[in-house]
Amino acid sequence: MKSNIWTIVRKEFARFFGDKAMVFTTILMPGLLIYLIYSVMGENIGNKNKMDADHPATVYVENMPESVAPLFDSLPLHVVTSGFDFNTLYVDSLKDKECNLICVNFPKDFDLMVKAYDPKSGLPAPNVRIYYNSLSANSKIAFEAVRTLLDGWESSFCNRFNVNAQIPGSEESFDVATSDDVLGDILSQLIPMLLLTLMFSGCMAVAPASIAGEKERGTIATLLVTPMSRHELAIGKILSLSTFALLSGLSSFLGIILSLPKLTQADESVNLGVKLSYGMGDYVMLLVVLLSTVLVMISIISIISAYAKSVKAAGTMVMPLMIVIMFVGLIPMFGGGTATFSTLYMIPFYNSVQCMSGVFAYEPSLSHVIITVASNLCYTALAVYVLARMFNSERMMFDK
Amino acid sequence: MDEIIRVEGISKTFTLSKKQQKIERTNLRRKVAVDNLTFTANRGEIFGLLGPNGAGKTTTLRMLATLIKPDSGDALLNGYSVVNQPEEVRGQIGFLTSELKLEDFFTPNYLFDFFAKLHGVDSEVATRRKKTLFERFGIDKFAEVKVQNLSTGMKQKASIVISLVHDPDIIIFDEPTNGLDVLTARTVTDYLTELRDAGKTIILSTHIFSLVEKLCDRVGVIIDGRLTHCDTLSAVCDGMTLEDRFFEIYKSLKGGEE
Repeated sequence: MKSNIWTIVRKEFARFFGDKAMVFTTILMPGLLIYLIYSVMGENIGNKNKMDADHPATVYVENMPESVAPLFDSLPLHVVTSGFDFNTLYVDSLKDKECNLICVNFPKDFDLMVKAYDPKSGLPAPNVRIYYNSLSANSKIAFEAVRTLLDGWESSFCNRFNVNAQIPGSEESFDVATSDDVLGDILSQLIPMLLLTLMFSGCMAVAPASIAGEKERGTIATLLVTPMSRHELAIGKILSLSTFALLSGLSSFLGIILSLPKLTQADESVNLGVKLSYGMGDYVMLLVVLLSTVLVMISIISIISAYAKSVKAAGTMVMPLMIVIMFVGLIPMFGGGTATFSTLYMIPFYNSVQCMSGVFAYEPSLSHVIITVASNLCYTALAVYVLARMFNSERMMFDK
Repeated sequence: MDEIIRVEGISKTFTLSKKQQKIERTNLRRKVAVDNLTFTANRGEIFGLLGPNGAGKTTTLRMLATLIKPDSGDALLNGYSVVNQPEEVRGQIGFLTSELKLEDFFTPNYLFDFFAKLHGVDSEVATRRKKTLFERFGIDKFAEVKVQNLSTGMKQKASIVISLVHDPDIIIFDEPTNGLDVLTARTVTDYLTELRDAGKTIILSTHIFSLVEKLCDRVGVIIDGRLTHCDTLSAVCDGMTLEDRFFEIYKSLKGGEE
């Protein structure tokens, strides 16, 4: 019995790894593609928010008030206060997408107007016009810099209180969540769905071709006239296809993890620079859950493929399952933390998502993982039985 | 005579889909493909099932090969029941039909070893058998060429060789020369005679009279799923050519309708 399963597994491996194009498109390419795309995306987004240091934007200021002039000197920008025609600049240069400047227009007698203005009067406050072009990174960044500067200056003469002001010298932290916790929370919401969908596409890449494909090409019938039992064929197929799907899914996952730092460098509020503090045990749990999930996925897709008359038909029939899996993957994002009822961990896919979410949120539960893996293995065993019955059914295998 | 195959009243009925009903031009939901078929075959003989297309030959052979189950009746092959011991039966038979394909990706060499393992053939024996069979069918030069790159004839030869990997006592062959080029067909028919002389039993189905006349020791005439005659070739022919005799039988049953 064992040796027949092993023979089937070896043949499937020889088929898969012997086909360089197949290995490339299902294992290497997804990870590589995701890594490259995300890296390039991250790089570009990052560049958009950075000032070109060699060509800083020029700030043209009309009617520069005496009070703010020293502040402008502190900007790392080239500031011009005279010798230009405001309207020409505005019309000719700023509308040009490649422009590298902003125009700041203070009202005449700005200082006097500010001093005389009473907020209680209900009249409009003195207005500073800053013209910029948001399509040019330099112009946009210069605009932000000048606006922050002026906002800061304004609050400096009407400051009544602060929120969470850091006393110089103290390192008081107001957010009690550690950066680990924050990261864990983000990951526990995002990664389960990512992993689930990536594993699913891995399964889709291999299972229909191997089962519906063999049926379509008439090669499965050749296997069915050997004394090997249908169960051996079912187990051999599910084991080998699960391995390929797992490899494919892990490759995509690796692509995402490796490109994350590059993707998030654009947004400094998400600090992924902190070290992930998951232990070996967490990773083992994750892998075991993942493996058992892939077994269930491959089992279901195999059954659908055995039912379908062609690879194409199998692809269509699997779609509803994909929608269900994606939806289940989204559940952690609805909040509420991981499920506590043990029986819930018997629901396929939901159990995997909850377990993974728990591991990433630093709340792994060994008992939940055990229930999940055990029930997933039960489903796989059931699927082996069903698949073997289907291999034995003339209607499934030979009806055209 | 040493009886090796005993078919006892096997029947098979198919349910027709709407589409199939149209193709068959019938309103009946069920079609009796094989109706209570009984015959025996002896060790060391070639038994031919002769009949027109759609008579139930392929269905019968598929039931003997355990690919489909009879609705009623049973068949014993070398003492094993197709109904109750399908796995053992599959170990006794080599089944050949154009519907069984080899995976394009692999070489005949790899596939021979693969199927030898599934049949539980000792690797030394398999190697020896592979050498003999590959040489006999001229596959040795193409042993390492992927099936997808083989000519149609060579593919068929590879299929035949691989179905014989476990040196079965019984060979079931559905339309042995269908679609074969003349050279391959000749190789196959010669080899079938050789196998018979080596004491193997061959059951084949065909609608080609000359093939039956040339090869078969005994013949069963099957029309509309029923076995109308089953005897030695000379007894069935009754002094006529097989073709004339067949149409005589056919007309007597169908009343001259074509």
